[in-house]
Amino acid sequence: MSTNGKPKFAMYWAASCGGCEIAVLNIHEKILDVDANFEVVFWPVAMDAKYKDVEAMEDGSILLTLFNGAIRNDENEHIAKLLRRKSKLLVAFGSCANEGCMPALANLSSVKDMVDTAFTTITTDNPQNIRPNTSYTVPEGELYIPTLYPVVRTLDQVVPVDYYMPGCPPESHQIAAVIDLVIQVLQGKAELPPAGSVIGAGGSTVCDECPRTRNEKKIKKFERIQNIMIDPELCILEQGVLCSGPATRSGCDAPCPKAGSPCIGCYGPAEGAEDYGSRLMTAVASVIDSNDPAEIERIFEGIPDPAGQFYRFNLAGSLLRFSKSAWKE
Amino acid sequence: MTEKIGVYVCHCGTNIAGIVDVEDVAKWAAEKLQRRGVVIARDYKFMCSSLGQELIEKDIKELGLTRVVVAACSPHLHEKTFRNACKNAGLNPYLCELVSIREQVSWVHTDKVVATEKSKAIVSGGVERVIWHEPLEPLRVPIHPATLVVGGGIAGIQAALEIADAGYHVYMVEREPSIGGHMAQFDKTFPTLDCSACILTPKMVDVGNHPNITLLTWAEVTNVDGYVGNFQATIRQKARCVNTELCTGCGICWEKCPKKVIDDVFEAGLGKRKAIYTPFPQAVPRYPVLDKANCTYFLKGTCKACEKFCPTGAIDFTQQDEFLQIDVGQIILATGWDLFDVRRMPQYGYGRLANVFTSLEFERLSNASGPTGGKIVLRDGVTPPASVAIVHCVGSRDKNYNPYCSSICCMQSLKFAHLVHERTGAEVYNCYIDIRTPSKGYEEFYQRLLEEGTHFIRGKVAEVTNAYRTPEEEGKLIVQVEDTLIGKQRRIPVDMVILSAGLEPRHDAKEVGRLFGISCSADGWYIERHPKLDPVATMTDGVYIAGVVQGPKDIPASVAQGAAAAARALGKIQQKEVAMEPIRATINEDKCSGCRMCNTLCPFNAILFHEDKMVSEVNPALCQGCGTCVAACPAGAISGTGFSNEQILAQLDGLLLLNIKRLEEIPA
Amino acid sequence: MSEQTDINKPFEPVIIGFTCNWCSYRAADMAGTARMKYSPNIRLIRLMCSGRLDPTFVLKAFAGGADGVMITGCHPGDCHYVEQNYKALRRFIILKKTLQQFGIEAGRIKLLWASAAEGAFFTEEVNKFVEQVRALGPLQWPTSGGGLEKMFAVPEHMLVKEVTV
Repeated sequence: MSTNGKPKFAMYWAASCGGCEIAVLNIHEKILDVDANFEVVFWPVAMDAKYKDVEAMEDGSILLTLFNGAIRNDENEHIAKLLRRKSKLLVAFGSCANEGCMPALANLSSVKDMVDTAFTTITTDNPQNIRPNTSYTVPEGELYIPTLYPVVRTLDQVVPVDYYMPGCPPESHQIAAVIDLVIQVLQGKAELPPAGSVIGAGGSTVCDECPRTRNEKKIKKFERIQNIMIDPELCILEQGVLCSGPATRSGCDAPCPKAGSPCIGCYGPAEGAEDYGSRLMTAVASVIDSNDPAEIERIFEGIPDPAGQFYRFNLAGSLLRFSKSAWKE
Repeated sequence: MTEKIGVYVCHCGTNIAGIVDVEDVAKWAAEKLQRRGVVIARDYKFMCSSLGQELIEKDIKELGLTRVVVAACSPHLHEKTFRNACKNAGLNPYLCELVSIREQVSWVHTDKVVATEKSKAIVSGGVERVIWHEPLEPLRVPIHPATLVVGGGIAGIQAALEIADAGYHVYMVEREPSIGGHMAQFDKTFPTLDCSACILTPKMVDVGNHPNITLLTWAEVTNVDGYVGNFQATIRQKARCVNTELCTGCGICWEKCPKKVIDDVFEAGLGKRKAIYTPFPQAVPRYPVLDKANCTYFLKGTCKACEKFCPTGAIDFTQQDEFLQIDVGQIILATGWDLFDVRRMPQYGYGRLANVFTSLEFERLSNASGPTGGKIVLRDGVTPPASVAIVHCVGSRDKNYNPYCSSICCMQSLKFAHLVHERTGAEVYNCYIDIRTPSKGYEEFYQRLLEEGTHFIRGKVAEVTNAYRTPEEEGKLIVQVEDTLIGKQRRIPVDMVILSAGLEPRHDAKEVGRLFGISCSADGWYIERHPKLDPVATMTDGVYIAGVVQGPKDIPASVAQGAAAAARALGKIQQKEVAMEPIRATINEDKCSGCRMCNTLCPFNAILFHEDKMVSEVNPALCQGCGTCVAACPAGAISGTGFSNEQILAQLDGLLLLNIKRLEEIPA
Repeated sequence: MSEQTDINKPFEPVIIGFTCNWCSYRAADMAGTARMKYSPNIRLIRLMCSGRLDPTFVLKAFAGGADGVMITGCHPGDCHYVEQNYKALRRFIILKKTLQQFGIEAGRIKLLWASAAEGAFFTEEVNKFVEQVRALGPLQWPTSGGGLEKMFAVPEHMLVKEVTV
C-alpha cells in the first residue's frame, strides 16, 4: 500500500517512440480517473523519478505496470526485470513490447551494419569514422552506456508477462476500457481475465470492424496506394492494395480502412495465431489468381520486401524472430 | 491431464526388425516419453495379426489407455486394422495413430544405427501427435441407388448388366453410335475361336432392352459434380439428326444415302460407310447417326435422300445437341483403349507399303461382315496372300514407345496365324520376342499353332521393306529380322505383313480422368487404389475403373473387372449409406471476420458466405477434408479434424525431438 | 539437432518432408515397397493434401532445427482435390522469397510434384535434396538449441547499474 492508500501505477518506455505514452494521455479527462484511483510512482515521460527509487520499492508493491517498448539493449532488460520484480501485474503495452514493432525490423540486419549506416550517412559529420563504444575512461573512472544486443526481443522473451495489450499504439478507447476494468476489479465489481490473456482487443480480425463491402478474393496485381484511386465502399484488398486487415486482430475499430488507408497490422495476430507473417502470407498467396509459376512470381514482384510487409510489426515475436545476418558473425 | 499412451513397435518379421532395433525403440519410448504420457511400450513380431491386435485391446482394457501409437507399416495398409482393434476394446478408433517405420525406414535405409534413431524420432512424432487426437465419428451420407457406367465395351456392358439385373438403375454413356467397343470389331476370340459378335451381341441386346438401363449412345459426359453417393453428371447427347421415337431401324436411310465416307473408326479405315449410318449391322441401339461433317445436306444444302425415303419421317436435320443432368451414386469408368499408331515406326512401312496391315485392320479383314466379307486378301481386295508375316510387340516392350507389354498381342498374333492358315493356306511367319500365353487354354492354343506349321522366328523385326535384292524378293514385302535362335539375319519375302500393335490409353484419357477426379499413371492408364489388392477402385471414393482403362488385359479379365466394379457398387447401394472419413474443416463463427479469403479456395463449393451474419461456413457434407482453407485462413478461424494445426505441429516437434530436449532441461 | 561435433564426419542435415496422402506419400510408400534406397536424413509428415501446407509448418521446422524442408504434392492438374496443389505452389513462391530475406537460402526449401507411381523419382529427388542441403551446411537456427543465450551475454562489469552519486 502506498502512502496515500491508493494502489501504485507505473509506466515505462524501453525501445519505443513515445506514442504509447501519448495514447494514454489521449484518454483525455479519463486521466483524472487514473489520478483518482492510482498513485503514479514511476512514469519517466510524465514525472521525475530515479531507478534507485524503483529498486527501493518492495517487491510486488506496484499493482499495475504498463511496459511499452521492445528490449533493444541491456538497460531495457535490466528495467524490465526490475519492474517485473516490483509489479504485481505487468502488462506488455503496445506493439513494441508485444512483438517488437518497428524496432524489431532491426532484426533483419546486424548491429554492426546498423551502426555503420547510422554513422556514415551522407549528412553525418564523422571525418574520423568514429563508432560509439559502450565504455569510456574519464578521470573519474569508467563510464558505460547500454550495450545493444544483437537482436531485439519482446517483453515476454525476457520476463513473464501477465497481460498483453496490442496496438501501435493501443487505441485510446481501448486503454480507457482497460482502465475502467481495472478500477472495477479494485472495487470488487469485476474479475481479471485469465493470466496471459490479450486485453483491450477483440476476438476476430479487423475485417470484422471494417464497413467496406467484400466479395470473393482474386488478386492479379499488387498496387501501391498512391497509384490508384481507392473506392471508398469496396474492400481495399480487392482493389489490389495489400490490406493486412484479414490477419490483424480486431479491437481498433478499423480506423485506417475507414479512412481509406490499408490496415498495416499494428494490432498483431489473431487469437491463437503463432506467427503473424505466415497467416498474412498464406491468405494473400492462396488467392493469387494464377496457376503458372512464372506469372505468380511476376505478381509477387508487387511485394518487393515480403519480410518487411508481412512482419512489419511482429518480427521479434515471430517464429524465426530474426534474420541470419543479425546473429551470424 | 496427461493421456495414457500405449506404443507398439512391430517387427514385421524381419522386414522391420532386420534393420531397426525394434526392442530398443520400444524401450526408448517407455523411458524417454514416459513423462509425455507413455505408460506402456511393447514390441511384437506381427502387430497386424490377431495376437498383435489383442495386445492392444488388452492394454486398453487393463491399463485404461486413452491413446495408441503403432509403429509398423504404412497407414495405407493397416490404419483400419488398428483402428478396429481400438474400437473393439471400447476406445474411439480415431485416437489411434499408425506411423510407418517400414516403408519409410527399414525398407529404404541400410544403416541400422541411423534407421533405429530415425524410428525413435518417428515414434516420438506419433506420440506428440496422438495427444492432440480427438474422438471422431464417421460422417454417414446416403448413396443414390443409380450408377453411371461410362463406356459401352465388354467391361462396361458386364458391369451394367450385373447392376441392372440386381434391380438397380444404370445409365450407360457411350461416345460412339453403338455399344460393343473394340470387341465388336473382332472376328474370332482366342483361345476358343468363338465368333466375337456371337458372344457379344446377346449381351448388347440385353443392355438395349433392359428396363433398368438407360442407354445413351452418341453421348459424352461433360461435367461431374458432387461426391460418393451423390454425383450430378451432365451428359451431352449429341444430335443424331434422327428422332428415336419414330425410327424403327429399318435401314432405308443408309441404303439410299449417296455419300460414302471412309470408316476409320469401326472399319479401321479399311471400309466405307454412309454419311448416315449405324457402325455395324448388330448395332445397339439400331438408330443411325448423321455425320454432319460429311453429309451433303449440311455441306451443300442438297440431297436429303434419307428424309425423302424414311417411312416414318424420323429424319430431323434441325436436331441440336441436348444436355441432360443425372443424379447417380457411383460411377464406373470403362472407356477402353486406342491402338498404338504404327506410323510412329516408319521402318515397318505402314501407310507407305500397301500390304502392311494393323491388327485392327486385319480383324476387319477376317470378319465375315467386314469390307471383304471375311476373305483374307491383299489391299487390292482380290488376291489372297501366299505368305504372311505377323510382327509381335509393335510399340510395346519398347523403350522408344511403350515400355509395357500389351498382354493380348501374342494370343492375338497366334489367332491371326490360325485364321490365315485356315482361310488361305499361306505360309505364316510369326516374329516374336517371347510367347506370352499364360491364361487358361492359352498355352494349348500355342501348341496347336506349332502343330499347324506356323514358322516361329524369335527376333524383333528390324524393318519391312520393298527394296528387293534378289529376283525372289521382287514385288514382295521383305521382313528383315535376326533369328536369334539360329543366330542369323534373315530376309523373309512375304505378301502381307500384319503388325500386332500395342494397346494405348485413349488419347483423351487424362482429360476424361480429370472430369471424374482420377489420375493417370506415367503410362497413361488410370491408377487403381492398390495394384495387388484393389484393382477396380480408385483414390476417389465412388469412382471405379474396369477393363483395359486400368491396364492391358484380355476379354475374360475385362469381364471380371466389370463384374468386380459392379459388385463393389452394389455392395455400397445395398448398405444405403457410406461412411466418410471424418476429416473435415469447421469455421469458428466468432473468430471469422467475414474477410472471404476462403470463399474461392474450395473446388467442391463447400464454403458458403452468409451475407446476413457476415461469416463464412463450411458444409460438412461437401467438404472433402483437403485442409486448404484451414491453411489459408488469416484469422486462424478454420480448424480441421484429423489434421489439425496442433496435431501437425506436435508431430513436427516430436520428429525434431524437441520434446525430449525440453524434458531434459526440466529436472525429473 | 544437426551434428557437427567431429570435423571428419560429414554434416548430416535434418530434412522435414511434407507429403500428400494421395500422390507423394504413396510415392514414398512405393519407394519402400520396391526397396529403393534414399538418405535417412528426411523425416516425413503426412498431410491429406499439399494445399494443407501452412507456412507456419515450414517456419516452425526451421525454427525447430531443421536444415531443409521439402514440400511434395500431386502434379499440377492431378490433385486428388482438383486444384489445391496450386495453392501450395503460390504459398511456396512467396515463402521462399521471404525466407531468403531471413537468410535461409533458397536451396533449403524445395517443392516437388510426384505421382503415386513415381517411387523412383521420389527417391532420386530426396537424395538430390539431401546433398543440396548438405552443401549449404547446418542452419542451426538459434531458437532451436540453446544458441539464443549466447547472443545476450554482456560482460558483468558493463551491465547497467544505478549510478550512486
